[in-house]
Amino acid sequence: MNVPTDLKYAKSDEWIRVEGEVATIGISDYAQDALSDIVYVDLPQVGASYTAGQPFGSVESVKAQSDVYLPVGGTVTAVNEALGQTPELVNSDPFGAGWLVKIQLTDAAPLAGLMDAAAYTAFCAGRAH
Amino acid sequence: MLEPLIYDLSRPGRQGVTLPACDVPPTPLPDGLARTTLDLPEVDQLTVVRHFTRLSQLNMGIDTTMYPLGSCTMKYNPRVNETAARLPGLAAAHPLQDPETVQGSLALMFALQEWLADIGGFAGVSLQPAAGAQGELTGVLMMRAYHLDRGDTKRTKMLIPNSAHGTNPATANMAGLEVVEIPSDPRGNVDLEALKTLCDDTVVGLMITNPNTLGLFEEHVEEVVAAVHACGGLVYGDGANMNAIVGKVRPGDLGFDVLHYNLHKTFSTPHGGGGPGSGPVGVSARLTDFLPGPLVARVQDQGETQPPHFSLVTPPKSIGRMKAFWGNFGVLVRAYAYIRANGPDGLRGNSEYAVLNANYLRAKLEDVYKLPYDRVCKHEFVVEGVWADAPGVHALDIAKRLVDYGFHAPTNYFPLIVHEALMIEPTETETRETLDRFVHALRTIAEEAHTQPQLLKDAPHTAPLSRLDEIAAAKQLVLCCRPVALSA
Repeated sequence: MNVPTDLKYAKSDEWIRVEGEVATIGISDYAQDALSDIVYVDLPQVGASYTAGQPFGSVESVKAQSDVYLPVGGTVTAVNEALGQTPELVNSDPFGAGWLVKIQLTDAAPLAGLMDAAAYTAFCAGRAH
Repeated sequence: MLEPLIYDLSRPGRQGVTLPACDVPPTPLPDGLARTTLDLPEVDQLTVVRHFTRLSQLNMGIDTTMYPLGSCTMKYNPRVNETAARLPGLAAAHPLQDPETVQGSLALMFALQEWLADIGGFAGVSLQPAAGAQGELTGVLMMRAYHLDRGDTKRTKMLIPNSAHGTNPATANMAGLEVVEIPSDPRGNVDLEALKTLCDDTVVGLMITNPNTLGLFEEHVEEVVAAVHACGGLVYGDGANMNAIVGKVRPGDLGFDVLHYNLHKTFSTPHGGGGPGSGPVGVSARLTDFLPGPLVARVQDQGETQPPHFSLVTPPKSIGRMKAFWGNFGVLVRAYAYIRANGPDGLRGNSEYAVLNANYLRAKLEDVYKLPYDRVCKHEFVVEGVWADAPGVHALDIAKRLVDYGFHAPTNYFPLIVHEALMIEPTETETRETLDRFVHALRTIAEEAHTQPQLLKDAPHTAPLSRLDEIAAAKQLVLCCRPVALSA
């Protein structure tokens, strides 16, 4: 399982990369593996605003459909248009080309409650398997 | 061998039947509404019979094989149900007929309302909901109406354990409520402490499936109900798993305020063809005024010499209709026949055999398939379809391989709280010999997973089509009822 060390992770398996006032969000390698082959990604409109913990879209695989939650508060500035035609990018490159949305941070406080790579690795290992 | 589409078999001018002469005066459609062409297949009768017979032989169904689809209760539909549902007095009644002319149908519906109320321990029942999910929506709308009627407007949250049926959160969402998930404890019960911290005056209620989707009876169900009632909330029971407890415990006695019954599961009736279903709701005394109407009422007892008189009534604060006419009446007739044929002892016995059969399978499989919640189960149980020492083999591969052994697959990848879930429900209608064959198949597949994994990855081998490309099917929604090239 790949867990990049420069990211923060939510218990609901989203990752977030913060660069100043802007952040990029996607789902983790663990999440894409658990979902298996992703066939559809539902993303919000640019300009939509969410508070921390709100669902902003969903990811559908051949097995299940899962909501994805914004780990912080923010306004969507870009969505990954490529996922419309090639949702499998979330499987093949979850931390790179398979990113979901970019946001302008409006509430960064929840960042402090997110996990680092080591904590997230332990969290995944501890789940019922 | 593949069967062509019926459009492939069509030839201009062929005719299967001659329509009988019209026995009522024809009424022409208004100008412009009648179409002049309609692309229907033109096929002779024998071709139609052979086509659909062959299709039925390509299908896996309860009439040909054990169908252990967990949560769905794919049990045998006794043929006497079909005889009853086809009685002309019931089958030919029109829903707009004057109630005076269909007193027999109303008597049947009234009896079914009474029996379901008795079986569930409830004060009232509506037969309207067309299926389980609509029964859920009916229940949640009544809970909401109850709070609003009391002027209690700040309740917007529905608590739902993560072991509930997947339709429960969807239902709460559809009713405009916010879903709050409750975790399970290590024994598969509702995490009582987590529940208590979430119970407050913003809670509409709790939706609980008992036995839950792990096939486990909630061990502190009375405390769960008490916690929700203590904060003013109501308790909704998803009755989809009633077939494990009929005649043993009544949800109303446990304090449930609403429950939907899946007649198409618990009380047989055909199910494998996709329905129709039927999802009556039972309610406690405080919700009877909100039931969807109309209900059947016995308005007049006319002594011993005359039959009682029935009519249709709508409760005073009814949430309104949930469905046109009177629910899926044909399914109601089948459930009535099933209850009459079994009687109280028979129904109780069915629950016992459903639970016995599931535990028999569980005990025969648990040394080979990991059981994440290792308890005596009710009518179904969930195992993991994956082994650390058989990498690359998944629950889906096991499900597909079962087809080669002549069994329909169990439910897979649900519930979500079990990794690579296989959810197995044999029902009470399978013999021990069939259960033993199923055990043998699953144990053989577990061996194959370790010795010849490719056999599973490529399965099924004996079906008309081998493994289908699910990803392409999900991404390319091409539904073509008429192939491009007609076969010769």
